[in-house]
Amino acid sequence: MRAYKPKDDVQKKPYYTDRFYKSPQVAKSAPESDELFSADLEAIKAKVEVLDAYIQVGQLVIYIKPEDNFKVLELLKNEQTYSQLSELSAIDWIADRDGFEVFYQMLSMAKRKRIRIKTFIKKGQAINSVEKLFRSADWSEREMFDMFGIEANGHPFMKRILMPYDWQGHPLLKTYPLQGDEFAAWYEVDKIFGKEARDIIGPEIRDTARVDRYDSQRFSLLGHEVPKGAEITGEEPKHQESYQEEGGVFLIKKFDRKSSVVIDDPQR
Amino acid sequence: MAQIKNRLTPFFENISFDREDNELILNFGPQHPSAHGQLRLMLHLQQEMITKAHPDIGYLHRGMEKMAENMIYNEFMPTTDRMDYIASSANNYGFALAVEKLIGLEVPRRAKVIRMMLLEINRLMSHIFWLATTALDIGAMTVFLYAFREREYLMDIIEGYCGARLTHAAIRIGGVPLDIQDSFIAQLKAFLDKFPENIKTYEDLLDTNRIWLMRMEEVGTVSTEMALSWGCSGPMLRASGVAWDIRKEEPYELYDEVEFNVPFSDKGDNFARYRIFMEEMRESAKILYQTIDMYEKCVKDGQTELMAHAPKYVSAPKLDIMTQNYSLMQHFVLVTQGMRPPVGEVYVATESPKGELGFFINSQGGPYPYRLKVRAPSFWHTGILTDLLPGHYIPDVVSIIGTTNIVFGEVDR
Repeated sequence: MRAYKPKDDVQKKPYYTDRFYKSPQVAKSAPESDELFSADLEAIKAKVEVLDAYIQVGQLVIYIKPEDNFKVLELLKNEQTYSQLSELSAIDWIADRDGFEVFYQMLSMAKRKRIRIKTFIKKGQAINSVEKLFRSADWSEREMFDMFGIEANGHPFMKRILMPYDWQGHPLLKTYPLQGDEFAAWYEVDKIFGKEARDIIGPEIRDTARVDRYDSQRFSLLGHEVPKGAEITGEEPKHQESYQEEGGVFLIKKFDRKSSVVIDDPQR
Repeated sequence: MAQIKNRLTPFFENISFDREDNELILNFGPQHPSAHGQLRLMLHLQQEMITKAHPDIGYLHRGMEKMAENMIYNEFMPTTDRMDYIASSANNYGFALAVEKLIGLEVPRRAKVIRMMLLEINRLMSHIFWLATTALDIGAMTVFLYAFREREYLMDIIEGYCGARLTHAAIRIGGVPLDIQDSFIAQLKAFLDKFPENIKTYEDLLDTNRIWLMRMEEVGTVSTEMALSWGCSGPMLRASGVAWDIRKEEPYELYDEVEFNVPFSDKGDNFARYRIFMEEMRESAKILYQTIDMYEKCVKDGQTELMAHAPKYVSAPKLDIMTQNYSLMQHFVLVTQGMRPPVGEVYVATESPKGELGFFINSQGGPYPYRLKVRAPSFWHTGILTDLLPGHYIPDVVSIIGTTNIVFGEVDR
């Protein structure tokens, strides 16, 4: 039976984890332990519902409901001097919780503080655009849409930004393979020559991980190159270690190739 | 051989046929020598004036965030070199610091001093490169040649340290792998002693140059509100009247122990940005002098540690690995499986030569980051072109792109 591989998360997995390993947590402290942060939190709590709040690595993290994102950012910008939205993106939690976590990384230069606003949305749910508040969200939200497929309501130009406009799939989803899917492998071919050219070109040409053993140009197999254009016939040469020190190596006095056995099956 | 037929249809996006409004759509890039990489701009023109600008990016997109999710933490370090390849140690450092904050590592003092040296040398390299290329774009060939001479000297110093000239990978999570070479301090001092003269040379060539001033003064003005709203940072923000330098305001490493000024201007135009780059070079030189003293003090105090001692996360020194069994086992596990930081999230911003370089890491306790987001300053400095270019003329485009100091390895990641 083949090993089961989950389809909803094709990212690389650790090949070994100790059965009794329990990973530690990055310390969290209560928002009340910081004067400025607790004031910010009180101001937000007065307006909207706060689901969770804590300080982690010197930054306040606040969980809010997705529909409140514009209100909270507006409040932070206009009343709490958080004048810059330095970063905005999402985390894919589809495999675990069927949704995304969107985070807004805010910076207040007056207070020298950074706040992270986080909100959870279901898969397929859109979020309010904050482009009206921060122009930087224009490109960040486009990038989020490009990478995760999360749409921002009220965004002036909700198009892909890094990938081509006609791309299929969203690369940063955990379901998207690192090497790209079939569409990605054939993208240029389909576009330039048409789908029927796939058979003529052959899939091995489009496989980025392919190594041609007889490629004399890219040195994929040193010692077994053939001249360019030469016909390759027969089996590939068996590679055997033939080097031996003068008078034999230490412990192995005389290595006799005839009587030695090559073990094909390491398990035996 | 017969010509292979393809489906590429001619696409005359540069020419509008049935329009009466005299609007011309000009396609600038993605292969334009003064676009500093793969930037494509679609410019709507009325005569020579730009009415609408639409920057198109993604031509250098390599999916670094995706790659990070499939790599152990140490494996990702050389990949960060390829983001801002003009100052790659700054990227190494940003990532290393984020992971160190996540796992709560304290780096030895000597390593901190070496890191600061590398960061400031990188800042100098980046700023000199900026000056050279921008001056070349505007037509000042001489400055390019002079500036590259100095940059070459710095690259030689770096090459002596880590063997690489552009992609250094000279910083590790938990410290630095090597002590600086014997000739490092002498070479650096020789450079720094001569550097003020060199800056003077550049300024003599440019400051009163009529062409330079016409291309720089009152061109590409970014207001404070615009800079804040667009998430600008670094010289872009400081030229627009906000004296915000992360090294000063949220000090990391030993930046709270060195003395330096944060140059800023309230003009916001190209010339202000140019002046800030020049002043920052002087400040970097000042910091480097102080780090040399700090390093010599470390040597005198007998501080030889270069990597943090944290067996769960950082391999032991090479000597221990070669002589002690447990260190070897630990090293083997860290190399094959990777370190497993605690469960948590961190966002760490550092002042790279381009601006605020931030790394957001979400760790779920595995050897691979669950999510890694790079906040690259150039991304928004490219975005601001949408609002900055309209109202300017075509020759200004080149100088504005020049002074925003964007690097496309970082924009597209």
